[in-house]
Amino acid sequence: MFKNSFSKLVNWLDTRYDLSPVKELIQHKKVPLHKFSMFYYLGGIALFLFIVQVITGILLLMYYKPGEESAFESVRFIVTEVNFGWLVRNIHSWSANLMIFFAFAHMFSVYFTKAFKKPRELTWVTGFLLLALGMGFGFSGYLLPWNELAFFATKVGTDIAGAIPIVGSTIKEVLRGGDDVTGATLSRFYGIHVAILPLLFTFLLTMHLFFIQKQGMHEPDSFKKLPEDKKRYTPFFPNFALKDALLWLVVFNILLLLALIFPWELGIKADPFASAPAGIKPEWYFMFMFQTLKFIPAHVLFIEGEILGILGFGVAGLVWLFVPFIKIKEKFNSKFDLMKWIGIVIIVYMILLTIFGYVSSSTA
Amino acid sequence: MSTNRRKFLNILLGIGGIGGLTILTYPILSYLIPPKSPKPKVNSVKAGSATAFPANSYKIIKFGRKPVILVKTDQGKFVALSATCTHLDCIVQYKKDTKQIWCACHNGIYDLNGRNVSGPPPRPLKSFAVKIVKDEIIITQAG
Ligand code: HEM
Ligand code: FES
Repeated sequence: MFKNSFSKLVNWLDTRYDLSPVKELIQHKKVPLHKFSMFYYLGGIALFLFIVQVITGILLLMYYKPGEESAFESVRFIVTEVNFGWLVRNIHSWSANLMIFFAFAHMFSVYFTKAFKKPRELTWVTGFLLLALGMGFGFSGYLLPWNELAFFATKVGTDIAGAIPIVGSTIKEVLRGGDDVTGATLSRFYGIHVAILPLLFTFLLTMHLFFIQKQGMHEPDSFKKLPEDKKRYTPFFPNFALKDALLWLVVFNILLLLALIFPWELGIKADPFASAPAGIKPEWYFMFMFQTLKFIPAHVLFIEGEILGILGFGVAGLVWLFVPFIKIKEKFNSKFDLMKWIGIVIIVYMILLTIFGYVSSSTA
Repeated sequence: MSTNRRKFLNILLGIGGIGGLTILTYPILSYLIPPKSPKPKVNSVKAGSATAFPANSYKIIKFGRKPVILVKTDQGKFVALSATCTHLDCIVQYKKDTKQIWCACHNGIYDLNGRNVSGPPPRPLKSFAVKIVKDEIIITQAG
């Protein structure tokens, strides 16, 4: 019955709008089956968590009030008075972190399977921009409860942006909405978090998904080399999509469990005229950069260490963004996969510095 | 003729479009730079009773819009320094045990003259003059 009325509806639309291109787009994609097939789920999980963010974010908006005198109070109200408010906030916070985590995992999986190569350059570029925007979501959202930790983390974060040569001081002022982190900063971060970033993110995500749907899934070299009759596929729609949905359900349950067992701290309200407490640290995905800045000496030759670090990360980010366009000569020794080793070094570096950051900030 | 006309229109549209966009960017960018609000010209603030202030302790004082750290030493001497860490803008505190100024953010340490003695801070903390007038602590901009 249900299926019948659905196909009637499709028919109705089809006779008026000719849905064949849409049907084509949905049906032509097939997913190759091989030992790395599970990587194909990572992006989907990030996508699911983004949807969770949009829904819980809109719910939070119903009660959240930006402003130095109301932000902290309204979040406290959400978690103590509003029905299931604590749940909504906990899910939003947990899902934010998991989304970044899965976007990172997804990015490295497409890096190591070399899925970014021609013709998928722009899938990679939009993807990396999505990750950057995701981190922007994290940074701007962190301040919104206006608690002490976030207040000082924002002071430090925006001050680092201020060290960028030439444009730094303007960026800092624009981000802060003045010289210092105040209620004006909160208003701006709020606007960035709930309007600017969602708009940009949705736009890029649409492109990202469209590219993938259009080009189909990447096949790793080991799979491509197989004789035609050994290549096994599963249709994306409905088989893979249903597996995706099942996995989303599992992720959602994990998310609920985390939100129930580990509530997100609210901390104490920010006071712009109180000393910074011990334990000020950025969110975990900024830790490796932050820790790097601490390691660079105050002055390297004639440049300030901080500036050197920022420029370094800026250049590294740009190179990473344009990785698909970089041609590394692979001829001198085909056994040695330089790209792979660079990726491994980057991951090891990020993990080590993150651990280091946590160990050193808990003893300082 | 008709291709000439099309070329002409395309150029016109191009110039108009790009020009229009550039003209729009300027007001938007300037809109985003916050207007300079006049700094409240504060030259001195009162910080309460000198005798009631416990020795070997500190307070953060609002000096206009900036925080100033006021310390009373063991010997009962008052010291006032800018409380804004010269590293990355955190607010410093006074450590009773080491008798130093400490920034919790990245473990920056200054002595009671404001000199940066260890950790990442690149510059000393600016000092303020402290006067006691009829038991009232008065902090003033030095110099
Ligand atoms: C929150 C951010 C992101 C979301 C929601 C997202 C979503 C997706 C989805 C649903 C897929 C298809 C399934 C899959 O292969 O996993 C995909 C594929 C892809 N993504 Fe992302 N992605 C995000 C971030 C990134 C990042 C950071 C990069 C890399 C810099 C990236 C690069 C790619 C590439 C190259 C593919 C094609 C993989 C293939 O064809 O096998 N994505 N993305
Ligand atoms: S902000 Fe004070 S040590 Fe970094």
